Amino acid sequence: MSPVVFMMMAVLLVAAALGVVLHRSPIRSALSLVVTMFLLAVMFLLLDAHMVAALQVIVYAGAVVVLFLFVIMLLNLREDARAMARASKVVAALVCGGLFLFAVLWFLVSAAGRGIDGGLEGGVPATFGSTELLAERLFTQFLFAFEVTSVLLLVAIIGAVVLAKRKLA
Amino acid sequence: MMTVPINWYLMLGAVLFTIGAFGVLARRNVIVIFMSIELMLNAVNLVFVAFARQLHSMDGQVAVFFVMTVAAAEAAVGLAIIITVFRNRETVNADELNLMRW
Amino acid sequence: MHHEAMAGAPTTVHFLWLIPALPLVGALFNLFLGRRAGRHAVGLVAPGAVGAAFLVAAYAVVQLVGLPHGAVLLDIAWPWIAAGTLQVDVAFRLDALSAVMVLVVTGVGFLIHVYSTGYMHDEPDYARYFTYLNLFTSAMLILVLADNLPLLFVGWEGVGLCSYLLIGFWYTEEANASAGKKAFLVNRIGDAGFLLGLFLLFWNLGPGTHSLSVSEIAQHAKAIPLPIVTAICLLFFVGATGKSAQLPLYVWLPDAMAGPTPVSALIHAATMVTAGVYMIARLNFLFLLSPTAMTVVATVGALTALFAATIGVAQTDIKKVLAYSTVSQLGYMFLAVGVGAFSAGIFHLMTHAFFKGLLFLGSGSVIHAMSGEQDIRKMGGLRAHLPVTYTTFLIGTLAIAGIPGLAGFFSKDEILARTYASPFGGPQLWAVGAIAAGLTSFYMFRLVFLTFFGECRADEHTRHHIHESPKSMTVPLMVLALLSVVGGYVGLPAHWLWGNRFEAFLEPVLGEGLHVEHLSAATEYTLMGTSVAVALFGLAVAYLFYVVQPGFPMLLAYKAGALYRLIVNKYYVDELYDAVFVRPTLAVSTWLWRTFDVEVVDGAVNGTAEAVGASSSVWRRWQSGNVQDYALSMLVGAVAILGYLALR
Repeated sequence: MSPVVFMMMAVLLVAAALGVVLHRSPIRSALSLVVTMFLLAVMFLLLDAHMVAALQVIVYAGAVVVLFLFVIMLLNLREDARAMARASKVVAALVCGGLFLFAVLWFLVSAAGRGIDGGLEGGVPATFGSTELLAERLFTQFLFAFEVTSVLLLVAIIGAVVLAKRKLA
Repeated sequence: MMTVPINWYLMLGAVLFTIGAFGVLARRNVIVIFMSIELMLNAVNLVFVAFARQLHSMDGQVAVFFVMTVAAAEAAVGLAIIITVFRNRETVNADELNLMRW
Repeated sequence: MHHEAMAGAPTTVHFLWLIPALPLVGALFNLFLGRRAGRHAVGLVAPGAVGAAFLVAAYAVVQLVGLPHGAVLLDIAWPWIAAGTLQVDVAFRLDALSAVMVLVVTGVGFLIHVYSTGYMHDEPDYARYFTYLNLFTSAMLILVLADNLPLLFVGWEGVGLCSYLLIGFWYTEEANASAGKKAFLVNRIGDAGFLLGLFLLFWNLGPGTHSLSVSEIAQHAKAIPLPIVTAICLLFFVGATGKSAQLPLYVWLPDAMAGPTPVSALIHAATMVTAGVYMIARLNFLFLLSPTAMTVVATVGALTALFAATIGVAQTDIKKVLAYSTVSQLGYMFLAVGVGAFSAGIFHLMTHAFFKGLLFLGSGSVIHAMSGEQDIRKMGGLRAHLPVTYTTFLIGTLAIAGIPGLAGFFSKDEILARTYASPFGGPQLWAVGAIAAGLTSFYMFRLVFLTFFGECRADEHTRHHIHESPKSMTVPLMVLALLSVVGGYVGLPAHWLWGNRFEAFLEPVLGEGLHVEHLSAATEYTLMGTSVAVALFGLAVAYLFYVVQPGFPMLLAYKAGALYRLIVNKYYVDELYDAVFVRPTLAVSTWLWRTFDVEVVDGAVNGTAEAVGASSSVWRRWQSGNVQDYALSMLVGAVAILGYLALR
């Protein structure tokens, strides 16, 4: 986690993110999203979150974005003549986004003395971020949430199938 | 080797989040809006993992786990809705989908 | 001065509440099941309920009499108001005074209920009539049995309501509905006075909780400063003026004759209108503290007696004559209580219930026979056709005129004698009373002669239908006639036979009244002789005018001209009230309705709605239907919160 590595990753991440948002073609946005996901997985590794990094690649990059791509291709979307919304909205988005970012950064900076300080020194066990530890948390303290989430997924499956089915003529 | 202060990760997360927010607000294509939402969620995941690392607690990573799950479910259903809308309206432009106006 | 003489603590009983409850049950039966049950059932239940109440009352009185002199039966039925210093229970009290009242109300009430089954026989709204009549009886019983003033007021209002309902019983005729309204509104004025008096009394009873019961007021009355006592008494008297039709609030009673005749008998002669007299007798210890109030009561009573009698001489409707006569006789009762002769006032109340009830029921019989005709100028010669009615009516007339031997003589005579002797009365008021007595005799015999003597002046069709009334109507007449004869013998003058047993019975409650110098025997007999002479003079003049020389009254009226017109038009009092009170109120009300209500109130309400509509038509544009706009709003909100947190 040297600062240099971090800076490199950060720059790449921001570039990829901008790619998602700014590309005219939806396919290209999706591909930028994949790149972003991968980069984030690397970030996770840097933060000793091995299992989560693996999940990021498998679930997000491997499933969610693929789903996006399928839908784009199913609907046969081309590039739009205009990618962005009308000017007033873009300006409003820029302004609000800028204000938001400014507010957060200010908050972070000014909270220097408020406990969000600190480095990310060692002191974590070697197994930190491993499957075992994650599983241990999931199946003890967060068991209820885990079970509920499985129900949620079931609901999502049913919902997606019902919504996307073609009505039998 | 100097370690990276957690603030940097948080600021990176904030930047990614803002970029995602901008995408949600300023793009016309609904699918791109969705992708921007995913970007925002990922930024939040980054913040969670960073805090987990700082506080030496697995709870942050558990949160990421759940965020991913829910995001996947949400993406599935959301895309199904977009398909249905496209079938009825022949468009995926956010401007043209404003039936629920006053 | 005498205070309420109590023979120790009251005796607790638990059945007094039945007395008002039984007619109430009757009313409920008639209200909900009357139509379905049919005439015969209603005709049994309604009088039966009152009859049952009479029996319970009789039983209670027997119990009371068995106890030592001055005992009181107290039935605290259940708690009612518990608010700070005001703790009032639903409590009924049977002492000598309420014993007399309760027997009169249930007894005469029962007779009139029975009479009504005959009189109202062809009435389609039979059940409704008896509902109201039973309800009235119940309310009146609550009034006379109440142990505390708030409960008395409940009965007071209840009888006022039933009076309104029964006067306007045939409400499809506008005149009847208006008469009911007039009665209610004028009563209301009196009631306001009563309430103000009640509040003032409560305010001045001193610290501690109060139940405003009779015994409590008796205890604390002396501690209240005299001007306040006077004010309280005068305010109560205003209430009495309204309820008992004295000057200036008597105007509703003649109009109340629009109701069915049994109603006029029961409510507007025998019972409701006596409530004012009862109330003052009940609070005798309070009134005795204020000479001013006593004088006012006596004077108003005397003047009303004379005033109403002068109007009565020129009326042509049989019921209106009796109505003004009632006002006049009530004046006598107030004169009595005003001069401190409380038991004399109650005595006259009782005898009046007998003979005035009789006279009204008799007039009902006449109207029934005349197929609804009420104008005495169109009657005549009914003596031959309606023997029972005539005889009983004649007895009632003799009684009211104060002919010796009948009930009215004893009660009226005692009032006049006490008036003469009292510091609040004196010879002046006695003279007023005596003149009124002469006029009473005159107009009552005028009524008898015009109705029953001479040629029948009715048209062919009506004459054909004249018939004596059924037993259900004539039997009550006979009972009341008997009572009008013997009812006076309980109150003989002091030295005759057994003396004034009535007064002795009431003494624990009413005291001796005002302690007066006993008149010498000579004075007493002179006064008695004068009142008899006056009564006979009235009879003689009436005989002259209406039997011997029938044309003479018209000649006199023509000669008197303006004076006659003044009397026939009842001194234009109604017109005066109309101009001074009714029209301005109507004008203000119309303005409030047309202008204030429409423009201000409705304007405010509609204006609010329009304002909301206008502002919302501006704000709703925010709802563009565009999801991104909503997301933008959310982001702006998030920025605001963050900004706040960051700057904190």
